Amino acid sequence: MKLKALGLLAVAVVAVLLPVIAPDPATTNIAVFTVMYVGLATAWNIMGGYTGYISLGHAAFFGFGAYAFGLMLIHLNITPGYGPFLLVPVAGLLTAVLSVGIGWIALRTRAATFVIVTIAFMFMLQLLAENLVKLTGGGGGLGLPYPHDWGGDFFNTPYYYAMLVLAILGLLTSWWIRRSKFGLGLLAIRDDEDKALAVGVPTRAFKLTAFVISAALVGMIGSVYGYYVTYIYPQFVIDPLIGISMVLMAFLGGLGTLSGPVIGALLLEPAQLEFAYRLGASRLYLVFYSAVFLIVILLLPRGIVPSVAELLRRRRTAQVAS
Amino acid sequence: MSLLEISNLSKRFGGVVAVDGCSLSVADRSISGLIGPNGSGKTTVFNLVTGFIPRDTGELRFKSRSIAGLGPDRIYGLGIGRTFQLARIFPRLTALENMLVPVRRAGLRAMLSHGQWRHERERAMEMLAFMEIAQVAGTVGGALSYGQRKLLELAAVMMAAPELVLLDEPAGGVNPALLERIAEHIRKLNRQGVTFLLVEHNMSFVMNLCDEVVVLHHGRTIASGKPKEVRENPAVLDAYLGA
Repeated sequence: MKLKALGLLAVAVVAVLLPVIAPDPATTNIAVFTVMYVGLATAWNIMGGYTGYISLGHAAFFGFGAYAFGLMLIHLNITPGYGPFLLVPVAGLLTAVLSVGIGWIALRTRAATFVIVTIAFMFMLQLLAENLVKLTGGGGGLGLPYPHDWGGDFFNTPYYYAMLVLAILGLLTSWWIRRSKFGLGLLAIRDDEDKALAVGVPTRAFKLTAFVISAALVGMIGSVYGYYVTYIYPQFVIDPLIGISMVLMAFLGGLGTLSGPVIGALLLEPAQLEFAYRLGASRLYLVFYSAVFLIVILLLPRGIVPSVAELLRRRRTAQVAS
Repeated sequence: MSLLEISNLSKRFGGVVAVDGCSLSVADRSISGLIGPNGSGKTTVFNLVTGFIPRDTGELRFKSRSIAGLGPDRIYGLGIGRTFQLARIFPRLTALENMLVPVRRAGLRAMLSHGQWRHERERAMEMLAFMEIAQVAGTVGGALSYGQRKLLELAAVMMAAPELVLLDEPAGGVNPALLERIAEHIRKLNRQGVTFLLVEHNMSFVMNLCDEVVVLHHGRTIASGKPKEVRENPAVLDAYLGA
């Protein structure tokens, strides 16, 4: 227990001091994306991991958050700097409203149908972003104002901390849900939805709540991403690969666990960035993603955290027995 | 006084009439049995009462209030619990967590209340002890034996203190020693005021346990009364022997 607390403290100290320890933009850029995926995988896990409803369309909320933020920034004439970060919760709220509508429809289905419906909604949003040219700039993209005075090594730092705050918010939300009766209801839905109904769990309300919380967090992270990259293109913010990445990270670390998505993101995102950098625009790094996906499904279907926990439990049982 | 009143209940699946104008009533604080040959519509009646499938026609009243058209979670909230033919528990949750899942009339406040949560854990442990399975509280459901699952399922249903419990084949796949334990638990809970309606094929279990027995055949009620009367009823003998 003491060891665990010390480990957590060490991770927290490194996370907070990272831009001071390694201020060069290449490192902080990797850090921004890694922490972003910690938040995304954690947020996705609140729905996909706890309820077992695998959404492959969460990139829709990521992109919607980015557009909502960008459009507010432009149309409200807000001066770039720290101020726009206050719009992040507003973007989250707008994403939540959108997700109520999508969830209301998608959650009438289960299993594979749910997966397909979420993908369909994602492509619908992508098409809308491409075609509502007057609003979004269409395929030409939406340029966001950015703070010109944040130069050099410092530029990435505020975005890193914003992503870190959102990742921590996601983790605290996930932790609270896992310990609550609401969270137990979500896990019951994952195990046997009809049985959960039979013991009074209002499954539709529970699923929709988890879906909306998850989407709102993803939308907020998307908004910070939009502010960071300063140019939003439909195919890059409503990108199936973003949706699949958060799922793969949660799978790799361990679905339905608190630390699993964090571990998955910490392992995969830096590796993915490295592959993308080395293999350039060829998108050959997608082969790496497919390989990881196959390895996880074949060798670690439950993910790292549950597999390691099981291994430790077995060793402890063997020690007690001997 | 009747706790549950079913009148003229019907349900069709395509060309198959599963329940055909079934009527029965379950007296408050009784242990009633619903019997009948295979395919007579017993489990369908359970599914209709608990809201798992919608009825075509007929009326369902619980404590004089219509429950027709309500969903399973609402019906559980009103005080009707059920078990399934094959014991269904949450396999990846521990036995204790299985006990904490049931929700009855829980508003958001109750769900977030720490005191309520602690109180529920205490009650869950008491109920597991009552069912004599407290030793597996920390074991995941999937690792329990079939008998332990049966007891856990019943214990979990009791967590929200339902007034009426529908048991679908409580004796199914259970050894004689466990069967006696299950019967004893049902009797004890009944003495505490819980009403039971059970579907069962094990006739000696039904005849020994039930105060009232209702017989279904082709989805219709063909007899009802005390176990002894029903056993000697010629229509019942015909239905079972296929005469």
